[in-house]
Amino acid sequence: MARSDVRIVELPEVTVRIAGDSGDGMQLTGSQFTSVTALVGNDLSTLPDFPAEIRAPAGTTYGVSAFQIRFASSDILTPGDECDALVAMNPAALKTNIARLRKGGILIVNEDAFTERDLQLAGYTGNPLEDGSLSEYELYRVPITRLTQEALAELKLPFKVVERSKNMFALGLLLWLYDRPMDYTIRWLEQRFAKQPDILEANLRALRAGYHYGDTVEAFSTRYRVAPAKLPPGTYRNITGNQATALGLIAASQRAGLELFYGSYPITPASDVLHELAKYKHFRVFTFQAEDEIAAVTAVIGAAYGGKLAVTGTSGPGLALKTEAIGLGVMLELPLVILDIQRAGPSTGMPTKTEQADLLQAMFGRNGEAPVPIVAPATPGECFWMVLEACRIALKYMTPVFFLSDGYLANGSEPWRIPEPEELPDLRVRFATEPNANGRFLPYKRDPDTLARPWALPGTPGLMHRIGGLEKQHETGNVSYDPDNHDFMVRLRAEKIQRIAEDIPPAELEGDPEARLLVVGWGSTYGAIKTAVQRLRQKGYKVAQVHLRYLNPFPKNLGEILTRFERILVPEINLGQLVRLLRDRYLVPAEGYNRVRGLPFTAAELEARMQDILTEGNGHPEGN
Amino acid sequence: MADELKTTKPAFKPAAVKPAVRPSTQPETRDEEPETGYTWRDFQSDQDVRWCPGCGDYAILKTVQRVLAEIGRPPHEHVFVSGIGCSSRFPYYVSTYGMHTIHGRATAVATGLKVVRPDLAVWVITGDGDGLSIGGNHMLHILRRNVDVQILLFNNQIYGLTKGQFSPTSEFGKITKSSPYGSADWPVNPAAFALGAGATFIARGMDRDPNHLATVIRRAYEHRGAAFVEIYQNCNVFNDGAFFVFTEKETKPQAALFVEHGKPMVFGANRDKGIRLDGLKPVVVDLTDGKWSVDDLLVHDETDETIAFLLTRMFDDPRHLELPRPFGVIRAVQRPTFDEVMRQQIERTIEARGPGDLRTLLFSGETWTVM
Ligand code: SF4
Repeated sequence: MARSDVRIVELPEVTVRIAGDSGDGMQLTGSQFTSVTALVGNDLSTLPDFPAEIRAPAGTTYGVSAFQIRFASSDILTPGDECDALVAMNPAALKTNIARLRKGGILIVNEDAFTERDLQLAGYTGNPLEDGSLSEYELYRVPITRLTQEALAELKLPFKVVERSKNMFALGLLLWLYDRPMDYTIRWLEQRFAKQPDILEANLRALRAGYHYGDTVEAFSTRYRVAPAKLPPGTYRNITGNQATALGLIAASQRAGLELFYGSYPITPASDVLHELAKYKHFRVFTFQAEDEIAAVTAVIGAAYGGKLAVTGTSGPGLALKTEAIGLGVMLELPLVILDIQRAGPSTGMPTKTEQADLLQAMFGRNGEAPVPIVAPATPGECFWMVLEACRIALKYMTPVFFLSDGYLANGSEPWRIPEPEELPDLRVRFATEPNANGRFLPYKRDPDTLARPWALPGTPGLMHRIGGLEKQHETGNVSYDPDNHDFMVRLRAEKIQRIAEDIPPAELEGDPEARLLVVGWGSTYGAIKTAVQRLRQKGYKVAQVHLRYLNPFPKNLGEILTRFERILVPEINLGQLVRLLRDRYLVPAEGYNRVRGLPFTAAELEARMQDILTEGNGHPEGN
Repeated sequence: MADELKTTKPAFKPAAVKPAVRPSTQPETRDEEPETGYTWRDFQSDQDVRWCPGCGDYAILKTVQRVLAEIGRPPHEHVFVSGIGCSSRFPYYVSTYGMHTIHGRATAVATGLKVVRPDLAVWVITGDGDGLSIGGNHMLHILRRNVDVQILLFNNQIYGLTKGQFSPTSEFGKITKSSPYGSADWPVNPAAFALGAGATFIARGMDRDPNHLATVIRRAYEHRGAAFVEIYQNCNVFNDGAFFVFTEKETKPQAALFVEHGKPMVFGANRDKGIRLDGLKPVVVDLTDGKWSVDDLLVHDETDETIAFLLTRMFDDPRHLELPRPFGVIRAVQRPTFDEVMRQQIERTIEARGPGDLRTLLFSGETWTVM
């Protein structure tokens, strides 16, 4: 029985953050809320934020796990800087997340968790619920633990099960607050716990209790509604970067007509790609969980030699270990794709936090002159398209290719328009079957256009040849220590990679072409940069933006674009890596905007920096 | 340097053991043409062989080429994958497919290749440094996974390519350029390592007995699973004579025990000695003093874990040999191979679910349509 006194307010967009102990199921709650939100048709963007510890001691600030979702009735690009609502399941969650809640925002706390002990664990000296420190927020003290216990009382379940159902109460309340239906979640729970009727019943009761709490208790006077977004026509699903990457690899394998061999060693935040791919054996996907990073990449080299679509995935520390083998890949000129889901470094760094600091490692991190193409997706959904591109380039140019994603793209999600298989590039390859030089087979005789060498598979009669990491003679591939040959081959391998520039889309200029300031970014910063640029343009400033998906080689028109602008700002979550490459290559006075906090940029900080540049001298928007 | 090198040789290296004719260039092997239609020359590549003259690698190469001819599979169905080191140049010299990879990783490359290409015969060529030092980890894993490849580990107890540092199989106290006061490293026992790793096939051969080596390699080829073959190989430049006690005719009969499945363990110049089990300990008994007969001896069983344990543990320092060193196939058991299980999973999933359909996959999960 819905209350008649509840007001419904329409909003263009909302950002919600839920935070609790890492054992409280916050990620699950968040992703379920996300699924419902996607199904009601909002555009959305999510940011999971979890600790490295699997189960840090309960109640501590370093054990807090959070999930943020922004959803809107229009196109959005980031999971939001500030939140409109925060759910804090305990004092530690409140302490670590309150700074993200905007003044006047909705704050829902599990009041039962604010015991003296929990407050102490979180490092509070007093009780923030009592001392007025939260007066700037719309505070709702909800006894979530007690109400969940009451709702489950008849079931006589162990305490642990009751404890674990709290998150469904919170989810129920959020679904009510934002006017989303419960039936989808009910169906999902029924599937998930089909074999555990007790747990199913506990979750359903907690969910309904949370929903009805909003409906019946007079604490809440307003519900919020966000209308569906007007996305381009098509069928959509919500997708994380790592899921999109895995799907992209399967799609590439299908479009190439090659079995996929994925060799990987578990590492955060890349492991999900391995987990995902391991499910798809019926697509003839081999997943090889190797004994270490080196075995993962070298087994992949073996599979590439055997004629398969060969891919290895890792994160920064793992990439460091793969370095030598990637150099071998360069020398062998075999197609392989290396996924680097970047995380905060150096060394072990902050495994669950995002960073863009492996660009130079991908670019230069090998002995000798060993150029490797690099592509980088800008959004979670784009991971699908860019990994297909990585495969296309690898297969066509017979080379290792880097795919640089990061923790933020990997775990973040967005609605993704699903393509029809026919929309995908045709990646079919031609293996060598015949001798290519007067009855002889020369393994390094190249295609005159792409400079790619032929891919001759072991098992092919008449094409027996030996390849290896030693320098080879031009065309024959025989071992050669000849000085001039070495110089020639080093240049030839570099030239092959440079020629890829002929085969990739030009850089696209967004915003005002006649602006004074150009903002150049790459990877996951796209949403924040674009949002900042949009806001400034709405304020009347002129700003232009280029976002690079191809980092080696650069698009052919990039130099020409860069020289048209007086100021070039390059925001990166590192201490200035792309900016170095741009300055070096184009001799332009590009400047960096760099923060390495393990977090994505906020649009607000970028907007402020851009506005500073634009108002230097006069304090007014140009052209006004 | 010559003086230094001498100190590293076995204390009782027999005199005049270097044959006048280098066994490496003219191994004493039967050279008749096998019935398969291939001869060893069909497996010779057009590249000049660049090992030092007199290196034991020559004999091993020729033996492998001979076995390949006997096996009779066409050259394009074999792939030789090697790491780094003198032995790892091997693939350049056989006219099959081949890959000279990076240090220590041939086993991992071979794993990837064999999993996706079960139709090929995959051979790993490695050495004591490549396979047991830098590549020790991958060796452990290829053996426990039981990937269906043949691993020929050329053990010369020295780093040859980098010019003579001690290796993980060098004897304790070995004096080399990098260990002028003697190495402090205890040597690894390769066969025992392989057994510990769960190898399904373990054998030992020597460069100076090509006929025996050929049988061992042939058996390795026929084995389904990872076949680990340790081959004693003389590095006549940096570690000359490391194995002479086992390989030269003056000492070989007493020092080398050639084991055969189902046969009692007999050795000695006149086959006058044997291995008997005394409690849990193998001991040498004299078959001529009337106390013991062949019936009292341990009978080799390739499938017996305990015998494999005893044989791999017969690893006395050659300078103070009590028990002879076993040669031949020490262990051969069957277990599903990694490559076969990987493929079976794929085939069975396809049987159960049907082949994957890309469109269905892309459109799976919760979707919604915008008009
Ligand atoms: S250094 Fe030793 S192992 Fe290497 S080729 Fe020369 S003799 Fe053979």
